Amino acid sequence: MTPRIYLDHAATTPLLPQARAAMLEGFDAWANPSSPHAAGRQARAMLEDARKRIARAVDWDGHVIFTAGASEAISIGLAGWLAGGLAGAKAAGVLAGASEHDAVLRHVPAERRLTLDGDGLVALPDDPAAGTLVAIQQVNSETGVIQPLDDLAARLHEAGALLFADCSQGAGKIALPAGADMIALSAHKLGGPIGFGALLVRDLTLLAPSGGQEQGYRAGTEAMPLALGFAAALEAPRDWLADVARWRAVLDAGIVAAGGEIVAEGAPRLPTIASYRMPGVSARAQLIRFDMAGIAVSAGSACSSGSLRTSHVLAAMGWDEAAAGEVIRVTMGHDTREAEIDAFLTQWQAIRHGNAKE
Amino acid sequence: MIYLDYQATTALAPEVADAMAATMDHYGNPNSAHRPGRIAAADVEVARGRVLDALGRSEGRLIFTSGATEALNIAITGGARAAPAGRRRVVTLATEHAAVLDTVLALRHEGFEPVILPVDADGLVDLAIAEAAIDERAALLAVMQVNNEIGVIQPLDRLFAIARAAGVLTLCDAVQGFGRLATPQADMIAISAHKIHGPKGVGALWLRGGIDPQPLLHGGGQEQGLRPGTLSPMLCAGFGVAAQLAAGQRHADLAHVGALWEQASRLFADWRINGSREERYHGNLNISRPGLDAARLISDVRTVAVSLGSACASGSGRPSHVLKAIGLSDGEARGSVRIGFGRYTTADELEEAATLLNKAATAQGMPA
Repeated sequence: MTPRIYLDHAATTPLLPQARAAMLEGFDAWANPSSPHAAGRQARAMLEDARKRIARAVDWDGHVIFTAGASEAISIGLAGWLAGGLAGAKAAGVLAGASEHDAVLRHVPAERRLTLDGDGLVALPDDPAAGTLVAIQQVNSETGVIQPLDDLAARLHEAGALLFADCSQGAGKIALPAGADMIALSAHKLGGPIGFGALLVRDLTLLAPSGGQEQGYRAGTEAMPLALGFAAALEAPRDWLADVARWRAVLDAGIVAAGGEIVAEGAPRLPTIASYRMPGVSARAQLIRFDMAGIAVSAGSACSSGSLRTSHVLAAMGWDEAAAGEVIRVTMGHDTREAEIDAFLTQWQAIRHGNAKE
Repeated sequence: MIYLDYQATTALAPEVADAMAATMDHYGNPNSAHRPGRIAAADVEVARGRVLDALGRSEGRLIFTSGATEALNIAITGGARAAPAGRRRVVTLATEHAAVLDTVLALRHEGFEPVILPVDADGLVDLAIAEAAIDERAALLAVMQVNNEIGVIQPLDRLFAIARAAGVLTLCDAVQGFGRLATPQADMIAISAHKIHGPKGVGALWLRGGIDPQPLLHGGGQEQGLRPGTLSPMLCAGFGVAAQLAAGQRHADLAHVGALWEQASRLFADWRINGSREERYHGNLNISRPGLDAARLISDVRTVAVSLGSACASGSGRPSHVLKAIGLSDGEARGSVRIGFGRYTTADELEEAATLLNKAATAQGMPA
């Protein structure tokens, strides 16, 4: 059997060796970080050191609340805000981009979602109400589109509104948005462990506390080894990104030459994430053919990939259901090799020429 | 360092560390449909089976969570919200963990009525009081199996029978009892991996068939929509092996703990035991001496890790709500230490720790 080619790094990416080593070290210091005895204090010191290193690695000078992942970070941030953070402002509620992750959209009714243009860029309201919290992801997990968050944050702040940025896909690859008031992070999207993330908060008065650990914002014994893995993953070198960007440009050109369509071609996109439409071939058929060829790719985000529902991201960008049903996502990571991208392109062309109904 | 704080957390079992190291290489997202995803999903499902086996449950659902705190939050808040409109009481005991008490009290903001039942000097609930409080006005009864601070075991069968008769949903916080004692007959059971030599950051909520609390977190729809967020195959695998180990050597572990209890009872014979002597798990010894400053004792005896009560409340300086509930004065509570032991504790360690603790406690009583 040919070696597996894994091109689904936006779903999750293999643990970096640095993260693995850090976690193994953490497993040896297994005491409860809240225990006051020496063993507990050692675990606490390691946890707090990881917190500082994480803040430094992403150039953040606010608070870092550890969570079980980005879904929980989003929930604590948005629910904490809606429950009465920054008293007096909460009436203005939350707005969110239409292409946000389900974890965000569950907090935001349909009429409070911001539209996207055809390239996936979000349109801010002309005059957001002061005290509105606006949730906009830094990088879309399906299309790789990078929102201009620095600019959006400045505009929101001018109106007295705030920015919540889901940076699950961008963190560790591009700089965090400088002006965000809250940021959700996930460790396993950047080579750290699954089951860990963080909510970065500029000012804790934005959130109503809920009790327990993490300064009263997240109850439950902290998983210190996972924090060490997260810190180590964030500190790992990023030199591979330049290679991936080059290979992605070649892949884009190859797909277009073979009759494919790049999703959100006109927008700035993260080099590790791309979605392509193969006209005339359903995503389901493509996935089966790629899997048989030993290549793991996906149709949209992993959480919904089992369902093969039409992507809400593509729908928000104005794609019709038939065309959206022909899009698959290819995402790269730290251990991706050029030969794997070549093999993917070759297979894409083969499926296109063998299956397409012209 | 002699570690005698088994209620706060337990050392990772070597078998668990090995299983996690092996699973670290299975990098797929368990929700992905491709092969690496299916391998990761298989890790999760094997682990789920092992935890269910350890629980002795072949029916119902096991939902993995980030820990028992999250499991308890889903069960209490989700369970109460799913209750019929006429059932607004949420009943629990004064000695429950903060994850239960704080969650129950927070439900006040949603129109629920928290009912916190008192316990007697032994730490046990009065069944007549319980029966009066648990009726058709109640949505939920939440009771822990083994108290994390004083080791007391409530009359769970009787309590849950009362609840069942009144049509009240039951939740058991089995964090301290899971893998050690028989599984309680509750509709919902919350457990944690790191209390049974598994990893921190994973726990579970078992739900009897037909029990359907409302989800608290929203997101990708994992765990049947009840607990979104990508599951860690590594943490689940560690939990599965820890549960399998605990179930497999339950009798050996219990016999070992029983022997340590006998030894500890002799070594600390002139201390007073907090909580019932009879209705208890033997891996927990919470003891006090008049006039003792337990916080000072702990900092004096640096080579022994014991605690003042739950780790979460440590450092707050507040006297334990559990010790207050069993009628201890603030002074008596400040003179109490919790000594917890288990699978990896040796008789020699216990002996040495007792010598050091007794010596330091006696030294406190001497004029400076």
